[in-house]
Amino acid sequence: MVNERHIDIVPAAHAARLAARRGSPDDSLWVLLDGVMDPEVPALSLWELGVLQDVRREANRVIVVVTPTYSGCPAMEAMEDAVRQRLGEAGYRDVAIERRLSPAWTTDWLSSAARRALHDYGIAPPETTTCPQCGSARTTPISEFGSTACKALYRCEECGEPFDYFKPH
Amino acid sequence: MSTGASSDLCAYSIALGDDALILGQRLAEWVSNAPSLEEELALANVALDHIGRARMFYGHAAAVAADGRDEDTIAFGRDTRTFTNLLINELPRGDFAFTMVRQFLVDAFNVPFLAALAGSNEPTLAAIGEKALKESTYHLRRSRDWVQRLGDGTQESHDRAQRAADELWGYTRELFEPFAAEARLTTGGVTADRAALQPLWRQQVAATFDEATLRIPEDAWSIRGGRDGVHTEHLGYLLAEMQFMQRAYPGQRW
Repeated sequence: MVNERHIDIVPAAHAARLAARRGSPDDSLWVLLDGVMDPEVPALSLWELGVLQDVRREANRVIVVVTPTYSGCPAMEAMEDAVRQRLGEAGYRDVAIERRLSPAWTTDWLSSAARRALHDYGIAPPETTTCPQCGSARTTPISEFGSTACKALYRCEECGEPFDYFKPH
Repeated sequence: MSTGASSDLCAYSIALGDDALILGQRLAEWVSNAPSLEEELALANVALDHIGRARMFYGHAAAVAADGRDEDTIAFGRDTRTFTNLLINELPRGDFAFTMVRQFLVDAFNVPFLAALAGSNEPTLAAIGEKALKESTYHLRRSRDWVQRLGDGTQESHDRAQRAADELWGYTRELFEPFAAEARLTTGGVTADRAALQPLWRQQVAATFDEATLRIPEDAWSIRGGRDGVHTEHLGYLLAEMQFMQRAYPGQRW
């Protein structure tokens, strides 16, 4: 098998988020929250998913800013609980979570690494409807909506397996 | 903000929240009743988007009113006369054709409406508009597809889709009628002028109906009243089911 080498081109939307993160004085908080994964798509952390926007300290309180994916995504509350738990375990008891709606969440915030992580987990990343199992481009949509709000359901005509497709949004 | 302006904004946010909640509840009724598993997932997902939208509008109304209410008391603590959703959203789900034709007519309205709302000078309404627009654009893609497939499908599916369109048509007029508070907010640049959206809506609906071999019903009748709390008999039954738990055990949490 050919060992692929990836040269990442950072999308502008993701670059802006990276710059905000690098400019933050609380690097340890970011690293801590890198351990909080999406409960429905455990291949991605909340940061990689584009949900985590900011984390900062104000006196003894930790403020976490999140952007919901879909308006009705039931996983948002589980994500917020997981953030509280993670911070709580590290000794941060006073946590406030703010929901920021604008700019609206978009899959443009997924980095190339996040897209690869989705693929390796068996989910076709946005704008790529090739089969994540066998790589065939012969795929057909089964349903515009899949097992979660962020995914559609496809089938591979080559290997016959169904797969989730992360919808561009 | 003046008291009048904030009470207009509160009433408006609740009205938009009611539209979303009631339609979301109707869609959710398909869970365990849909024609296929894929359609059930889709209907449930669209329902969740609407219910999530309702939460955002209600949350905003509660923040503006600052009178102790929250999204739950707004959703579960009011009776029919104070619900202000448009009537089209509360009609029983009917058969699958009725549900999809209604969804298409409402989605085709929501897309330009939410796009206009995203330009509001009120930051929270603009943010909700921006977020919900992306979802409604996706909903419209699917509901339009279904209207085409049902209309241009078998004789049976065509007849059912046409019957749904005929039954729904008189309820669509209300989509384009602003209520008093909304009209004042429109003048202030806070909301979109829904009346102005009708020509484009009609044009798009006509184009899809044409492809679906469906006939645009005549404008022979129209019915309104939702914004005044004057509802069809169906809303009471919907609320009785939706609100039961909070009525029986007020303030109960999971």
